[in-house]
Amino acid sequence: MSDEMDMEEGGVIKKFMFVNRKAPYGTIYALEGLEVVLISAAFEQDVSMAFIDDGVYELKKGQDTKELGQKNFSPTYRALEGYDIEKLYVERESMEARGLTEDDLLVDVIVMDRAELAAKLDEQDVLISF
Amino acid sequence: MLHIVNKSPYERNSLESCLRLASKGSAVLLIEDGVYGATKGGSFEGKVLAAMADVKVYALAPDLSARGMADRVLDGVSVVDYGGFVDLVAEHTNCQSWL
Amino acid sequence: MPMVDIAGKTVEVDEEGYLVNLADWNKDVADYLAKEEKVDMSENHWEVVNFLREYYDEYQIAPAIRVLTKAIAKKLGPDKGNNKYLYELFPYGPAKQACKIAGLPKPTGCI
Repeated sequence: MSDEMDMEEGGVIKKFMFVNRKAPYGTIYALEGLEVVLISAAFEQDVSMAFIDDGVYELKKGQDTKELGQKNFSPTYRALEGYDIEKLYVERESMEARGLTEDDLLVDVIVMDRAELAAKLDEQDVLISF
Repeated sequence: MLHIVNKSPYERNSLESCLRLASKGSAVLLIEDGVYGATKGGSFEGKVLAAMADVKVYALAPDLSARGMADRVLDGVSVVDYGGFVDLVAEHTNCQSWL
Repeated sequence: MPMVDIAGKTVEVDEEGYLVNLADWNKDVADYLAKEEKVDMSENHWEVVNFLREYYDEYQIAPAIRVLTKAIAKKLGPDKGNNKYLYELFPYGPAKQACKIAGLPKPTGCI
């Protein structure tokens, strides 16, 4: 009931988390997910992104798709800050299993241990998975 | 025989199955997300290095570059371009794609 | 998709009039697209159009209006980084019209 009241008075802010688990280019998930995140910014919700498993590869520095003939969308992750999406969580275990460090990533992220990230997932109102 | 793997070893077991069933002297070509299997420092590295005693491993350059991985290819992996991909297919009598 | 002739060059546009290939863009194309939008290009218009092209070059997207306004305020000052100024230049929506003239795709998050 109180939620509906708040809606009429300018909206409830919910916690939305976009969970990214796919490498870029091999499938369309990473790019589609990024586009949905950008659109979601228009709704002024509390948006965060989690990069787990191969999703960590989305943030790898030095992507160059010239020979591949696909658009290199990795620079767009750096635009997220301008969209007020600044909570980018990376699971440490996923990053390390792939031989990556924070220095290999093209944006500032918050690296979290598995347990910490699990708690973050629990906190969310809505989880959207790509 | 040429084996082609296009899935990340961290997401699917395609590369694992491929290495299990590739006989001595075969070639394994990693393309698309499969190229992550040819990179240094990850937890799959040991399996690929061990397999290289028996099979020759190739990785496709445009897919490595797109993913920002061109500068961390495992020693002993041969990087090939699209022309090299065609040559590998032509050189081998048969080919299995581990989708 | 429709093709249009601009200053002796044939370029492809989509059904809403956005340029299909970014590489086709030049000053003549911008002038043509501006005319289609009934925008009379002044120096101030060009400033915004050029800003958008730089933004696209850096981030590979056309920014949402809110993001554009904020980014312009940061670079060109609050006199220009506000809705009133930008809507005066591009009455049918700065993100939409200015992006079209800049040869960019329709902004992501434009609803």
